[in-house]
Amino acid sequence: MNPPEQGFLSRREAMRWLAGTAAAGSVAPAAGAPGETEPAPPALPGRHPVHDPDFTKSAVFPWEKQFTPEELRTTGALADLILPKDELGPAASEVGVPGFIDEWCSAPYEENREAGEVVRGGLAWLNTESFRRFGRPFDEIETPERKVMADLICDEATAAPDLLTGARFFKRFRQLCLGGYYTHPATWKQLGYVGNVPVAGPYPGPPRELIERLGLQDVV
Amino acid sequence: MPILTDRKTQTQYDAIVVGSGAGGGMAALILALNGAKVLMIEAGRNYDPTVETPMFHTPEQAPLRGERTPDRFFGYYDATVGGWQVAGEPYTNKPGSEGAFWWWRARMLGGRTNHWGRISLRFGPHDFRCASRDGLGVDWPMTYEEMHPWYDRVEKLIGVYGENNGIENAPDSSPGVLLPPPKPRIGELMARKAGKKLGVPVVAAHRAVLSQPLDGARLAGELFPGNARAREIMARDMSLRAPCFWATHCVRGCSIRANFQSTTVLIPPALATGNLDIITDAMVREVVMGKDGRAAGVHYIDKPTRRDRVVKAKVVILAASACETSRILLNSQSKDRAGLANSSGQVGRNLMDSVGTSLGAHIPALEDLPPYNEDGAGGLHVYTPWWLVREHEKLGFPRGYHIEMGGGRQMPTTRSFGMLDAKAPGVYGSRLKEEARRYYGASFSFSGRGEMIPNPDCYCELDPHVVDQWGIPVLRFHWKWSDHEIRQAEHMQKTFAALLSAMGGQATPRSGREAIQRPGEIIHEVGTARMGAKPGDSVTNPYGQTWDVKNLFLMDGAVLPGNPDKNPTLTILALAWRGTEWLMEKMKTGTL
Repeated sequence: MNPPEQGFLSRREAMRWLAGTAAAGSVAPAAGAPGETEPAPPALPGRHPVHDPDFTKSAVFPWEKQFTPEELRTTGALADLILPKDELGPAASEVGVPGFIDEWCSAPYEENREAGEVVRGGLAWLNTESFRRFGRPFDEIETPERKVMADLICDEATAAPDLLTGARFFKRFRQLCLGGYYTHPATWKQLGYVGNVPVAGPYPGPPRELIERLGLQDVV
Repeated sequence: MPILTDRKTQTQYDAIVVGSGAGGGMAALILALNGAKVLMIEAGRNYDPTVETPMFHTPEQAPLRGERTPDRFFGYYDATVGGWQVAGEPYTNKPGSEGAFWWWRARMLGGRTNHWGRISLRFGPHDFRCASRDGLGVDWPMTYEEMHPWYDRVEKLIGVYGENNGIENAPDSSPGVLLPPPKPRIGELMARKAGKKLGVPVVAAHRAVLSQPLDGARLAGELFPGNARAREIMARDMSLRAPCFWATHCVRGCSIRANFQSTTVLIPPALATGNLDIITDAMVREVVMGKDGRAAGVHYIDKPTRRDRVVKAKVVILAASACETSRILLNSQSKDRAGLANSSGQVGRNLMDSVGTSLGAHIPALEDLPPYNEDGAGGLHVYTPWWLVREHEKLGFPRGYHIEMGGGRQMPTTRSFGMLDAKAPGVYGSRLKEEARRYYGASFSFSGRGEMIPNPDCYCELDPHVVDQWGIPVLRFHWKWSDHEIRQAEHMQKTFAALLSAMGGQATPRSGREAIQRPGEIIHEVGTARMGAKPGDSVTNPYGQTWDVKNLFLMDGAVLPGNPDKNPTLTILALAWRGTEWLMEKMKTGTL
């Protein structure tokens, strides 16, 4: 975690600021009743690291990550089952997915607090279910056993009624895995994103064979 | 870039310009190039895009992988300092308002020009004569023909890519003015093909992005024929701007100055004249009036020291953004206590935003295509100008909209894979990666930007009970869409669904009332101190000069008498340039 910098709010101040705005529901104006506007966030001295980041320096992450080491281990084990190392790219844990999920679930915004409830509760649920079936928590069982667990909960539509908590958790967790995984540049080439590089001269446009494959020659 | 931070000011200026965005930047540049001593006052902080822009920054370096949060609504890497809420600077909505107005404010040098979509569309002949055509709203106090040369000038100065298509009410630029547009991406070509089937034109977008280097010497020669110093400064500065290298979204700003921001295009050459001083973090609360009934200067709060200050000038130009400019007038003292320059009672009235709504869908034909670089110009390459200009009686709503569109493989965000919930439930492991690759970018969406007609229920006024942290009374808003806008939004939804369907996708159009975005959300708010042909029903003359105070000018979106479906920035720039030339002429002849 980066230390607060000169001229910036301390992390504690930033948290106070975020807590105030998050408690009001959202910093964007009211989505609620007509004619209502959320109060403006309170003015604090200094420059807020999210509201007005300094892009010439490394980003400041103003909130504490909340996962315990045990939760992080479970997160890593399940994330690597969902997105393993293979010929299509690195494992989720190699591109920071567990840390991202921790960060996402620890952020003070409404959406994130909801995700935190689902995910942290789900991680605990997963360990208990693993203990019931295999006598050990999820991160201590072998990959085939983990697959048995995942197959029980990976699809909300087919999961047994008593496993629906797990299925809802798995769905949310998989979304976060995908979001964290593919926002890392190490995954982009195999995904098919080849941008974010400077190109000299006019923009080249789509390749000829692609235009022909889709029958778009007449509208070029 | 030499952005001033020295807070010393001279005792007397030729002109004070409040605001540093499109209108303020343009006014300051033209004045400074012509030898006037100018003080620019900006409420936000100093900002230098050449060093501060997060070019090529990737999501994993940012909190929450750069995802949008309620306090950074367009994502972590958005250029804006500010947003719909500014710490310590509230605004309110009046009881009875149908929906809360969202007021976007940038608190930085260059204002919201640092963040906008760079979509630069000319208003057309019908737009200036709207009331004569359908009896709604008011006509402008000038015609398109009068504005045509000013649009040419602005497009040459800032650099706009696009194409002349000869479409009614979407005017062509003069030959040689526009830069060549970038080639359409694959999804944009599919949209064009779909549009062909439906009779919806999809043509090159007009955006203020350099698709090739500017020929500074030629352009400056044409733009400033009688002014050697201006030619020299502008030729050098325009030639220094780099063309787009087809990476990094424009919403982040641009460190190589390839797109238009006041801070990269207007303010640097204005500073090079030596005639411009800038103070930032200075919140103007009112125009100071002299005993002679003329504006003497402005009263501002110096934010770092929280002290009141007054600076003086022969001319005061307000370009603080439509609502902020109106707020300054309403907070300024006048004999009738109605606010300054408000003998017409129109200050704060006629508030308009654009009608906005969007619809997207999964497009199977875009699945699993061989990758190619689709970043392009950091924004759209094609758009649809309003194509039913002569059909309004049949349509049941009086004014049009343009369509923006996009999709394909842009830099992934944490929300790029939501489609997999439905398309690949239950999948994990290597197969999930295959599915991600297949569906990534296989979607396309359309957004409408439509004309709103001013109505008596949409306005801002001072809140009698609330002040901001600087002690300045704040604005409160009142809003009500009319059926014109609701019906238009409904038409947008149906059109988008038809286009998506012609592209092979499936989307269910929503009702107009459900689909229309929030008032203020499109960030095209204008009209709160409109110009007109005569005093009584307008605040300024056709050059932005207030009817009531001869040396007080307004040069931002506040003066727009209507809000056509074309984004307002290009017109704000053209009006500011035109008004400034007129102002200088009056100064020279001593008739101001």
